[in-house]
Amino acid sequence: VRMKSRIPLILLACGSFNPITNMHMRLFELARDHLHQTGQYQVTEGIMSPVNDDYGKKGLVSAKHRIAMAKLALETSDWIRVDPWESEQKKWTETVKVLRHHYNESLRLLQSRKEFMKNKQPIERSTEDSLSHQQPVLPELKLLCGADFLQTFKMPNLWKEEHIKEIVERFGLVCISRAGSDPAKYINESDLLMKFQHNIFLVKEWVQNEISATQIRYALRRGLSVKYLIPDSVIAYITHHNIYTEESEQKNEGDLLQPLKLHKTVNPLND
Amino acid sequence: MEDPDKKTEVVLLACGSFNPITNMHLRLFELAKDYLHETGKYKVIKGIISPVGDAYKKKGLISANHRVTMAKLATKSSEWVEVDDWESSQSEWLETVKVLRYHHQKLLSPDATYSLQNVVPLTRPGRKRKQEPNRHDPVKKKNQNPDIKSPPQVKLVCGSDLLESFRIPNLWKLEDIIEIVENYGIVCISRAGNNVQKLIYESDILWKHKNNIHLVEEWITNDISSTKIRRALRRGQSIRYLVPDAVQAYIEKNNLYSPESEDMNAEVVLAPLQKNANDSKN
Repeated sequence: VRMKSRIPLILLACGSFNPITNMHMRLFELARDHLHQTGQYQVTEGIMSPVNDDYGKKGLVSAKHRIAMAKLALETSDWIRVDPWESEQKKWTETVKVLRHHYNESLRLLQSRKEFMKNKQPIERSTEDSLSHQQPVLPELKLLCGADFLQTFKMPNLWKEEHIKEIVERFGLVCISRAGSDPAKYINESDLLMKFQHNIFLVKEWVQNEISATQIRYALRRGLSVKYLIPDSVIAYITHHNIYTEESEQKNEGDLLQPLKLHKTVNPLND
Repeated sequence: MEDPDKKTEVVLLACGSFNPITNMHLRLFELAKDYLHETGKYKVIKGIISPVGDAYKKKGLISANHRVTMAKLATKSSEWVEVDDWESSQSEWLETVKVLRYHHQKLLSPDATYSLQNVVPLTRPGRKRKQEPNRHDPVKKKNQNPDIKSPPQVKLVCGSDLLESFRIPNLWKLEDIIEIVENYGIVCISRAGNNVQKLIYESDILWKHKNNIHLVEEWITNDISSTKIRRALRRGQSIRYLVPDAVQAYIEKNNLYSPESEDMNAEVVLAPLQKNANDSKN
């Protein structure tokens, strides 16, 4: 009897990661557990994509550091990695484009594997491959986020409507919520989200672990301990490079976020 | 300007099951230390994790060997927090106040060896002592010479659950609570918006010694309870980033925490409840 094969799934988290915290990494673990328990998916990879410096958020330190810290934090993870593509683009990139990029990359990888297998001599193929001779299941890529992320869909000029639609329709969301927040409510309040609610996975976090990066930076500026909230290797890196200071927190002060800047210039007649 | 030599040295002691130890337990120490340092009056020189003995008979409590080992793995990366297994190696369950006395005496005279008989209170509770408002030292002699630092202190570091547990009938002896807040002191870490202040207000004893009960607000909500960790493990869910990596690896390797382990002591009465009930019978 052939076991129904699970759909391979890649989780992508976009964010500032300024700095990365234990909570960011927990989101991945929670999402993976939840998706596995549905019986439908096999999570193959987790990707953390730090935002481009051009995003213009207050206190955002250079992507070079944010990527380095994420790498240190994820050293001990065997399935989550950090990807610099988004941060290396010339300008800030809309989330939907990051999703498209990573999805296309996963297809490309799948394709090149198929080519590789085709060229191998039959004897060399392992027994595993007999299953993959059948139609390989296309991977899915879903956006991993917190409940507050859903709320941002409502903010004026932050998102393009057609992007939200593509994100929930074509890709899907895995949304981790903490006690006290009610993501089902946000979904209910949006016709678009309601239409694609089957593609929005809500995961409840029972162990409250709200380590906000903002509070971490606050503690660091005041010389307070952040041990056990972020990995030791990240603390050492921050200390060594003196990354978070009063000055760093003032970066981009008073500036508009890049998406808001861009969408303001859109001709209102087009809405 | 604060004279660094006038700061009182403090050792922070945490008692508990540590079943298993989590990042939240470790955070308590960091928060307590930062808080005491910011008062300008204290210098925290050490943190001690003292896992409770198996004789405590709490439901789901696995062997002290494992709990001590995990705590040691967890504190490997710490320069000042360590694990002490004196309490867990006793054959009987020990009241928290005895553990405080033990560590305090060890602090004052590190070379002497201690048996259970030696662990008597420095001042007998109930005896009236002159107490100036801002003095915390438990030693009888008054510190006349300004060049001599006040003696080092041991303080209990805990969450609000410990203070709340003072109210559970037969769990604590009244005289023990008095001795803890009078002679040693508590650093209690709780979530913002908690009701610990109300708790202190509603207790005459705690109110009387409120200067010796330091309340620290934890702004970063960090609710990583051992109970939840054990539940997640039974359900095959990940505990990564909630406990140190080495602890997670140890648990996995030794397959600790199962439905069977959670059933341990299920029919047994908790040691302090048993003891206090027996004592009141006699």
